[in-house]
Amino acid sequence: MLIRKAPELTYADVTPKSVYLDRRRFLRAMGIVGATAVTAKGLFDLALPPQVVSAATKFTSLVNSPFSTSEKQNSYEDVTHYNNFYEFGTDKSDPAKNAKNFNTSGWTVSVEGEVAKARKFTMDEILKLAPLEERIYRHRCVEAWSIVVPWIGFSFSSLIKLVEPTPKAQFVAFQSYYDSRQMPAGRWAGIEFPYVEGLRLDEAMNPLTLLCVGMYGESLPNQDGAPVRMVIPWKYGFKSIKSLVKIKFQQKMPPTTWNLAASNEYGFYSNVNPGVDHPRWSQAKERRLGEIFKRPTLMFNGYSDQVASLYNGMDLKKNY
Amino acid sequence: MRALLTSKWTKVAVFLLCLVPLGALIWRALHNGLGANPVEFIQLTTGRWTLRFLIITLCITPFRKLLNLPDLIRFRRALGLFAFFYVCLHFLTYLGPDQSFDLAAIWKDVAKRPFITVGFLGFLLLVPLAMTSTRGWIRRLGGKRWQMLHRAIYFAAVAGVIHYYWKVKSDVRMPLFYGALVAILLLWRLWGWLSRRRSEVPAKLSSEGARADAAR
Repeated sequence: MLIRKAPELTYADVTPKSVYLDRRRFLRAMGIVGATAVTAKGLFDLALPPQVVSAATKFTSLVNSPFSTSEKQNSYEDVTHYNNFYEFGTDKSDPAKNAKNFNTSGWTVSVEGEVAKARKFTMDEILKLAPLEERIYRHRCVEAWSIVVPWIGFSFSSLIKLVEPTPKAQFVAFQSYYDSRQMPAGRWAGIEFPYVEGLRLDEAMNPLTLLCVGMYGESLPNQDGAPVRMVIPWKYGFKSIKSLVKIKFQQKMPPTTWNLAASNEYGFYSNVNPGVDHPRWSQAKERRLGEIFKRPTLMFNGYSDQVASLYNGMDLKKNY
Repeated sequence: MRALLTSKWTKVAVFLLCLVPLGALIWRALHNGLGANPVEFIQLTTGRWTLRFLIITLCITPFRKLLNLPDLIRFRRALGLFAFFYVCLHFLTYLGPDQSFDLAAIWKDVAKRPFITVGFLGFLLLVPLAMTSTRGWIRRLGGKRWQMLHRAIYFAAVAGVIHYYWKVKSDVRMPLFYGALVAILLLWRLWGWLSRRRSEVPAKLSSEGARADAAR
């Protein structure tokens, strides 16, 4: 006789905690609204993005940073439901949908290459490496939209000092996590994975360069690069690599993913620069999410005072 | 089937159906459903619907012949005009929110960026087609010339696909999909044209032969 096993439940079947806790109100609401509305909602849910229930840890006692802007922050909803993370799909609503079950437990970041103290960091070690700060940065995408995000982290230089780069170290190469089973949509991205990025050592040492572990007072949501990422606010967003697993100090300029994909469109530096257009669109203006008309883009995304000196004497039209 | 296709109500239904994408956009706008970048969402949606309507319009002739449904012609003008309607909305999002109606900046952008240039060309090609879509204009131009003019839709569709292909950063699946549909529709016409020519040429030769025979 054939004994059929009941289909196994997966984590995706678990009722989200917030829904569970709210079940009484939910039932009451059901009674009021009625069955027709529920049917209609089911139909419209197909058209509207669903809400993600995140299991983020809250950070307390964050240090305020003098680098923070006082500009109006974008909503958590916008920043978590409109972004690029091509490993999880190329539509800007894809990461929120496809990264939901991304497993980041047991995460380590390996630091290697031209350093005296090569080692692996666990997430616990990273979180205790330096006091966590909240930094409200402007973030400018190469696609000419921008957001203001309250990131959480500390200057990447804290980590650099800990591992003691040798005199040979002139560049830092970064690598993202990639697992085609957890990121099946990545197959269609049209770029090579794992995603790689890089900085010159002096850029990496700049205090603005942030090793980021959270945003909006919480740990990073999966779709925004959990559990640890870089944020380099004066460069186009794609330089700020997500879900970081490897950092390598080296003498040579490292390859970078978008440069490998289209070197005439994306350079190694990719500093925000309203005077140097992308071959296919203008970089003079940007649309801040939440606004209709575009606003002028600022040189180095408004961080000239902190970073312009890094590029003294360089032709930024050539080194785009 | 004939009765259905020639019914007045079918025409009304098709017209209303063509308004659904606009209705969906308005519904989303009223229910906070346009996402974090509403302008981009409207731009992408109206652009895609322009391409879709161009493709549907280009389907009419092959479907009439292959399915033997000549009455489909009744919907062609409306479908073509809806392609123009959606491209106008698409173009407006570029003129307004993107360029703040700054004509000098727009002109520079159109001249400088191939992806904008080709999209703008596609739009320009559709303007005379929309203008001459009335019965009066068919009469004024004469059927043959009117038909010649309206073949500009082939180039508009190709321009639309190139515009889309150049716009995306690296995932070209969607533009390639639309490109494949346009390619099939245009190749079908080319094939028809070539085989008609091939059958016309011998006929012409034989008629000349016949004339020569008669003269002899």
